[in-house]
Amino acid sequence: MSDATFDKFKACAVEVLQVPEDKVVPEARFGDDLDADSLDLVELVMALEEAFDVTVEESELEGIETIGQAYDLISAKL
Amino acid sequence: MGLLDDKRILVTGVLTDASLAFAVARRAIEEGAEVVLSGAGRGLSLTRRTARKLPAPVDVLEIDVTEPAQMAAAAEVLAGRWGRLDGLLHAIGFAPPDCLGGDILRAGWPDVATALEISAYSLKALVEATLPLLEAAGGASVVGLDFDARVAWPAYDWMGVAKAALESLSRYLARDLGARGIRVNLVAAGPVRTMAAKSIPSFGAFEDTWGARAPLGWDVTDAEPVAGACVALLSDLFPMTTGELLHVDGGVHAMGG
Repeated sequence: MSDATFDKFKACAVEVLQVPEDKVVPEARFGDDLDADSLDLVELVMALEEAFDVTVEESELEGIETIGQAYDLISAKL
Repeated sequence: MGLLDDKRILVTGVLTDASLAFAVARRAIEEGAEVVLSGAGRGLSLTRRTARKLPAPVDVLEIDVTEPAQMAAAAEVLAGRWGRLDGLLHAIGFAPPDCLGGDILRAGWPDVATALEISAYSLKALVEATLPLLEAAGGASVVGLDFDARVAWPAYDWMGVAKAALESLSRYLARDLGARGIRVNLVAAGPVRTMAAKSIPSFGAFEDTWGARAPLGWDVTDAEPVAGACVALLSDLFPMTTGELLHVDGGVHAMGG
């Protein structure tokens, strides 16, 4: 996991989910740990698409439950 | 030359680029309209983000239809900017979870009241807040998004009741605003896979069967047919149509069995 890329990812998550930086860790679960609902997740994906200039299809989001999984999904596209 | 050249239109209800209202806003801009979006509460930041995907820069106003002060403030912004409002798209609906899911007896009045206020009464509230601007347009068009409320649907429950109220309300608004040059019409859309649709528990059931029942077929991922109808109603092509409910559903409403 590259530090610069994860920092950029983390900045998006902090901005959209309005959570403190230290909570955005790979094992954090969107629902239980970050209190994110479906609107939050849609917005996070849009923010990540903009920040990283990638496209994420809806079907790719199935089963994505943690910060680490989401990060892997994005970083695989870079 | 576009169908909506020089039209100034307020589009509510854009959440993502899958929203019906997003397709309407995009099409309206392509047809020459100036567009302002509105968003509310929790969805506002999403609306702002989605706005950047439109073909022209648009502003996003905060309008929570349960907050008269916000509606008044937004109307003031529009008055300062445009001085009139040629078109208003109402694409607003919400029902608390107990109001959906296939048990009409479950929800109590507070939840039902919320569903009715946000999904039906809000059409009156928005029109009222922007009335001087709509009047100033000299031929304004109000268009609302509907889901055919003549029959009971799986899981749609109190949202269906709210849509029935919206349908009735649109006729009364048409009655009382006609003399002021304001048309009020609804578009009853077939199911399209939007954020709103995903919040309806059995939306999948509609998805699977609608296409089979529709004489023209139906694509749940295509918002363009709905957008086209809304743009037509917002344009000057229907100057003598008000209180109308236009079905854009592949023809399902006309079929029996």
